[in-house]
Amino acid sequence: MNILEFTILVAAGSFLAGLLGSLTGLGGGVVLVPLLSLFFKVDIRYAIGASLVSVIATSSGAASAYVREGFSNIRIGMFLEIATTVGALVGAFLAAFISTKALATIFGVMLLYSAYLSRKPRPRAQRNLPPDPLATRLRMNGDFPSEEGGMRHYNVQRVPLGFSLMFGAGALSGLLGIGSGAVKVLAMDQAMKIPFKVSTTTSNFMIGVTAAASAGVYLSRGYVDPGLAMPVMLGVLAGSMLGARILVKAETKALRLVFSIVIGVLGLQMLYKGLTGGI
Amino acid sequence: MSTRNWTDKTIEEIVGTLLRVGVSLSAFVVAIGAAIYLARHGREPANYRVFHGEPSDLRSLSGIVRDAFRLRGRGIIQLGLLLLIATPVARVAFSIWGFAEEHDRLYMIFTGIVLIVLLYSLLGSGSAF
Repeated sequence: MNILEFTILVAAGSFLAGLLGSLTGLGGGVVLVPLLSLFFKVDIRYAIGASLVSVIATSSGAASAYVREGFSNIRIGMFLEIATTVGALVGAFLAAFISTKALATIFGVMLLYSAYLSRKPRPRAQRNLPPDPLATRLRMNGDFPSEEGGMRHYNVQRVPLGFSLMFGAGALSGLLGIGSGAVKVLAMDQAMKIPFKVSTTTSNFMIGVTAAASAGVYLSRGYVDPGLAMPVMLGVLAGSMLGARILVKAETKALRLVFSIVIGVLGLQMLYKGLTGGI
Repeated sequence: MSTRNWTDKTIEEIVGTLLRVGVSLSAFVVAIGAAIYLARHGREPANYRVFHGEPSDLRSLSGIVRDAFRLRGRGIIQLGLLLLIATPVARVAFSIWGFAEEHDRLYMIFTGIVLIVLLYSLLGSGSAF
């Protein structure tokens, strides 16, 4: 395969990853590394470097569309970014000391857990929760355009738990070069009881900042190859921009099912390769 | 309350524009680099199986800028990727100003912490800049 063919195929795969990642709020990075390392036989460190810069594109591209829709909450995002950026730095430093086999194994476990999380039925969103004193003090409670029309108010809960989970999300992001949207959405939607669409769009908004915190470390370490990162970044960006346009109208339930199966299968393969040393 | 909502919306619109401009600009630069790179090297075999790390001129800001000005495809692509990394950092820096406009000291502090962590990772952690 020559460089031109390789570039076109990687760009096409990345386009699909960006589209699915953006539609489900789980980020494109989660399938990019397995796609590159399992199907294109790219060394996992190059795959992680390319994935990391492309999740910045996914996040920023999609977020620019979301902010105008009024779903994302910049205060929740900014406060939790303290935890994700510190976590991302810790993760990026750890990545230098971990073997590629161990990285693949951790990646596999993370994918399987993501698949499990998105398959687990979400408990019916609780509405009209009482205001939490800390969240109120941090001015996190907000409104968003509801399905029924008009604005719906929400009160954010359990801020310390959400903040701790966000540190973990940041560390995973820095270690594996992903946006870790699954953990971010889990922290906001499940722990902090933030409405699902607000959670997914705010997560997308935060991913770019989280990834930027570890991208400098990866670049200076020589993990970012321009020839590989170029088709990945351009493909993911085009896919995620398209996904952001569809999201506002789309029914996410069926898509999450399909995407979770893809993630689960990729997780098993990464785990297998990690444990048998085929990576 | 209505004043704050209006200002929040203004910030969100400016942030949206900033992100769009930053990403479009970086994609444009990456695409130019891609055209040069593919025209010169498109027919060579692709090999990413073996990890050897990037040469030092593609790891540091000065090296990337030097390569880009020599119109090397890979250098221009890397410059575009640096612009991409800078976009969320610029977004955070702008948000400090936005929260200052709202007289929201608490969120100015939070945003300042995030900016310090980002600048530390870019400037303090390695030789990237």
